Amino acid sequence: MQTFGQQLINGLSLGSIYALLALGYTMVYGIIKLINFAHGDIYMLGAFWGYYSISYFHFNFWLALFSAMVVCAIIGVVIEYFAYRPLRHSARITALITAIGVSFLLENGMSYLVGANARSFPQAIRVVTYHWLGLRVSNIQLLILGTACALMILLEVIIKRTKMGKAMRAVSVDPEAAQLVGINLNQTISFTFALGSAMAGAAGVLIGLYYNSIDPLMGMTPGIKAFVAAVIGGIGSVPGASLGGFIIGLLETAVQAVGLSAYKDAVVYFVLIVILLVLPAGIFGKRTREKV
Amino acid sequence: MLNVKDLVVNYGAIQAVKRVSFNVQQGEIVTLIGANGAGKSTLLHTISGLMRPASGSITYLDQPIQKLAAPKIVRAGISQVPEGRHVFPGLSVQENLQMGAFLRQDHAAVSQAFEEVYTYFPILKKRRHQDAATLSGGEQQMLAMGRALMAKPKLMLLDEPSMGLAPLFISEIFDIIQAIHQAGTTVLLIEQNAKQALKVADRGYVLASGQVKLSGTGAELLATPAVQQAYLGG
Ligand SMILES: Nc1ncnc2c1ncn2[C@@H]1O[C@H](COP(=O)(O)OP(=O)(O)OP(=O)(O)O)[C@@H](O)[C@H]1O
Ligand SMILES: [Mg+2]
Repeated sequence: MQTFGQQLINGLSLGSIYALLALGYTMVYGIIKLINFAHGDIYMLGAFWGYYSISYFHFNFWLALFSAMVVCAIIGVVIEYFAYRPLRHSARITALITAIGVSFLLENGMSYLVGANARSFPQAIRVVTYHWLGLRVSNIQLLILGTACALMILLEVIIKRTKMGKAMRAVSVDPEAAQLVGINLNQTISFTFALGSAMAGAAGVLIGLYYNSIDPLMGMTPGIKAFVAAVIGGIGSVPGASLGGFIIGLLETAVQAVGLSAYKDAVVYFVLIVILLVLPAGIFGKRTREKV
Repeated sequence: MLNVKDLVVNYGAIQAVKRVSFNVQQGEIVTLIGANGAGKSTLLHTISGLMRPASGSITYLDQPIQKLAAPKIVRAGISQVPEGRHVFPGLSVQENLQMGAFLRQDHAAVSQAFEEVYTYFPILKKRRHQDAATLSGGEQQMLAMGRALMAKPKLMLLDEPSMGLAPLFISEIFDIIQAIHQAGTTVLLIEQNAKQALKVADRGYVLASGQVKLSGTGAELLATPAVQQAYLGG
């Protein structure tokens, strides 16, 4: 029971980071039907921004988190503008391959600029471990969980309540009709990239704090897992992405807990396959036909 | 008010609109009738800025608008009710209407627009918290019209508003179009339902294979044998 509780806490902390990342995949897919393979690398850039801003500019954790979100939002918007926008009317596969190219560019560009070795993330917050009912919970875990949940709630409010959020949903479901009411597609798409990339930037800083180690390729595996999370939740669905993230985090932790660490990634893909067989549109996916 | 001159619009190699000219004067209801594939929707999409003409011009209030992007055209006062409603599923009725006022900043004027729309379409007020996707076809048509009205257009473009509706509903929609017109909005109405459209229209144009074949007042066209044969069932 204790182990269960312990793993639950570990799984939720990890899951909340996947959830933050999955949100970006799902929002971008929702609006331009692109699987943004460079999304995991935005998260890596967020982690590096956190690293430099804390080590060299002596930012405190909150300032590092906030500035990483802003910086990543800008990077996301710039990538969309230069890499994806010119391909808006090309075949989907073209944009997809471009996304993979952007991902390589960011990974190798960073390896070139800062070196490929892992470096340890500065401890912006002193680790305190609480013992509670026999469980070990660190303040970092609580911080990650709390921050991630707060950001998800914030995102939900933006999407549900603000005018830009509603415009985003309108563009996702019907870009032509959205233009006919005066919504500017480019602005709305930029806004979506900004939101999604800001979430990835936050996730990058949080993971730096959690795992203590960052490197230019750190975005690859979490990027793929977050993508899987988005698919499991139903790609295009915001609550689905959050749920999917938590599912993947819990699953991965559970697999490690039973001593199958070596298979943790394989299990994630296995679950993906099973879910897609049972629920082809994901948990929250709409089963309506896709417009061609 | 709106002056379309020698307009040519292509889809790749397919010429959908071939040198079409027509005009709409302020305060009129003008109808464009034509069979499936005549090029009616293509024409409206070009006026709304979703498509670019290959040649020709579109002048609105003495300004060329054929190069403007869609949001600028809405801002200039032209709103379209697209063929097949195209309401936003997943957004409530109220949110759909709010999107119709996307470009308007004046909150007081927007709440007034809500009141106006709810006066034309009381059913929308009753359904305002409902997902637009759950409305019936007729209600979706009303929502699409309401959404266009939210922008307070000077010129309203309607693309086959009667499509797929029961006769009773069709006459209700036509009554509301006339009421909107009476309240000061100029109307360009596209229809396959030629009889009803020509009855309410000041003037009409008959479009076939991307070209204007006939034009005249509503009454004249109704009396034209060619129109009767082709569109009014003999
Ligand atoms: N996206 C497209 N790509 C290629 N051709 C198109 C496209 N949309 C329309 N067309 C062609 O252009 C022509 C005019 O189509 P349009 O939709 O404007 O007709 P319409 O008069 O609105 O017909 P309907 O009454 O069926 O709505 C048709 O021949 C159609 O096949
Ligand atoms: Mg049409």
